[in-house]
Amino acid sequence: MESDPLERGAEISQPRVIEPGYTISTVTDKISSIVLGQRTRPGWFLGFGASFLLLLILLYAVTVLFAIGVGIWGVNIPVGWGFAIVNFIWWIGIGHAGTLISAILLLLHQKWRTSINRTAEAMTIFAVLCAGMFPVLHLGRPWLAYWLFPYPNTMWYWPQFRSPLVWDVFAVSTYLTVSLLFWFVGLIPDLATLRDRARTRAKQIVYGFLAMGWRGSAVHWKRYEMASLLLAGLATPLVISVHTVVSFDFAIAILPGWHTTIFPPYFVAGAIYSGFAMVLCLAIPLRKFYGLEDFITMRHLDNMGKIMLATGLIVAYGYMMEAFMAFYGADIYERYVTLNRMVGPYAAVYWSLIALNIVIPQALWSRRVRTSVGALFAVALIVNCGMWLERFVIVVISLHRDFMPSIWLMYAPTRWDWMTLLGSIGLFLTLLFLFIRYLPMISIFEMRSLVTETEGERT
Amino acid sequence: MPDVMATKRIYGLVAEFESPDQLLSAARRTREAGYRSVDAFSPMPIEGLAEAVGFHSTRLPLVVLLAGMFGAGGGFFLQWYANVVSFPLNVGGKPFNSWPAFVPITFEFTILCAALAAAFGMLALNGLPTPYHPLFNVPRFVMATRGRFFLCIKARDKKFHVDASRQFLESLMPFGVYEAEL
Repeated sequence: MESDPLERGAEISQPRVIEPGYTISTVTDKISSIVLGQRTRPGWFLGFGASFLLLLILLYAVTVLFAIGVGIWGVNIPVGWGFAIVNFIWWIGIGHAGTLISAILLLLHQKWRTSINRTAEAMTIFAVLCAGMFPVLHLGRPWLAYWLFPYPNTMWYWPQFRSPLVWDVFAVSTYLTVSLLFWFVGLIPDLATLRDRARTRAKQIVYGFLAMGWRGSAVHWKRYEMASLLLAGLATPLVISVHTVVSFDFAIAILPGWHTTIFPPYFVAGAIYSGFAMVLCLAIPLRKFYGLEDFITMRHLDNMGKIMLATGLIVAYGYMMEAFMAFYGADIYERYVTLNRMVGPYAAVYWSLIALNIVIPQALWSRRVRTSVGALFAVALIVNCGMWLERFVIVVISLHRDFMPSIWLMYAPTRWDWMTLLGSIGLFLTLLFLFIRYLPMISIFEMRSLVTETEGERT
Repeated sequence: MPDVMATKRIYGLVAEFESPDQLLSAARRTREAGYRSVDAFSPMPIEGLAEAVGFHSTRLPLVVLLAGMFGAGGGFFLQWYANVVSFPLNVGGKPFNSWPAFVPITFEFTILCAALAAAFGMLALNGLPTPYHPLFNVPRFVMATRGRFFLCIKARDKKFHVDASRQFLESLMPFGVYEAEL
């Protein structure tokens, strides 16, 4: 399809959501061939192998943890919440961008989300799995994790429903369930495509089983779209509630540095911030490796850069207000905690956080940075590290010096802490590599709609 | 060629079209011609197609609303029952029924039940999973999930007649007309 000069003039202002020249069938073939292609690319084996090695490190660290106990970690009194909780919040925050892209942007009719929502949703599920693992590992007796749920028992005893930690159990498990439902419902029509396109008997059976006999009936589509809309409407308040509840874990405690009302909004903004950073970290190599530049265009990267900039500014406002309130208020403990962050023994961590999370991402104001794939990737990686440091600052620095100087203590992670963190990244990437090999990483049926719509715009 | 025996073994007649617009106008004309048991199949949702085959509204929102209300009631009841009736637990002198603390879990239960109802309700109303369906007997029908558009007049339609209906479908200028065997 040749584009005439007039058209090209109109495009200069904004890059396309999908490059021209695709029809419903070619879009289908291009995306499904990544899954159905017989040959697995050597690069995939390399990536999967490296991730799997990290996963093995996790299994080793967890095995030792189960055998010996949480004493192998750096946690002690007063820093009872170490890496496990830092990692928990980091991972769950990463997950939030997936829901934002798939639910909130769906409700807002943002068509550009189409080519990234599937991967982002998968990212959500894998990140929530990684997150959910940490509190359980931290329990001390992880095999009794089911005690967290209300179930009939001989003592007629119940969880402490007034505790934010129990709210967390419900928030995270609901979040995982709803994300899975949303993801799977979104996959059904594409699974039917894979069923009909698969050549080998085994694939036909597996995809056919999962597609549940989807035929694309107009009546089915009608209910299907209604269900997607309802799920999006339900997932939107849910995603905000999840990180709010996570922030309650801190805000409801009386510890200086935790006990503040700004936590819920600023946790949610931080979650979206880190989540978009992670989506960029995944989307940029994926589009390059699988040649999907026509589908995940510069427009997507630019938009995600802008969202990162906006949420990053909200996070910066949160940091500022925390510091301001400490000095504006009369609580000497609160003031001390803030000073301790800035000039105390962990000052280097605090100032790295400010640099990585606030200062460097300001580069996103520049259009040149937002349209440069390499620069965007670098900023996204930096923000991911910065958001991890933020949780370290909140959890560890607040805990290590509280009201009574006689119990002040320094916290240092052990190699088991590091191995668990690295290993969780391995778990995440392993699942992600399996996902891109066995399921369509871009929603095929939504791309078909996009192709027909953009065709209409051009004529 | 098709005798009475053959008509009984047929699920319906399927016409294949090449574009969504063709399918949409064909579906409208089929309804106008008096057919009532009509269904259309497309690789992506098409605005107005469900209405064109005579399907106007779905009960799914009602199902989801009821499930959400059940979740809200059930979630609150769980906490109230546990803390007031089953095992009254005094935490910091707060009332047993300290309802503000029960709000987050009540909310999560509401969302959980409503979302389960939305996903499984959609599947149930759509009659999925359907491991076997006569339409899958049409070899060309695999294209319905790829790039082609299909219209089916079911044999159970009162107006259905193999020859007359085939002629009618042919008049809609399809890419092809096929019989779906039961």
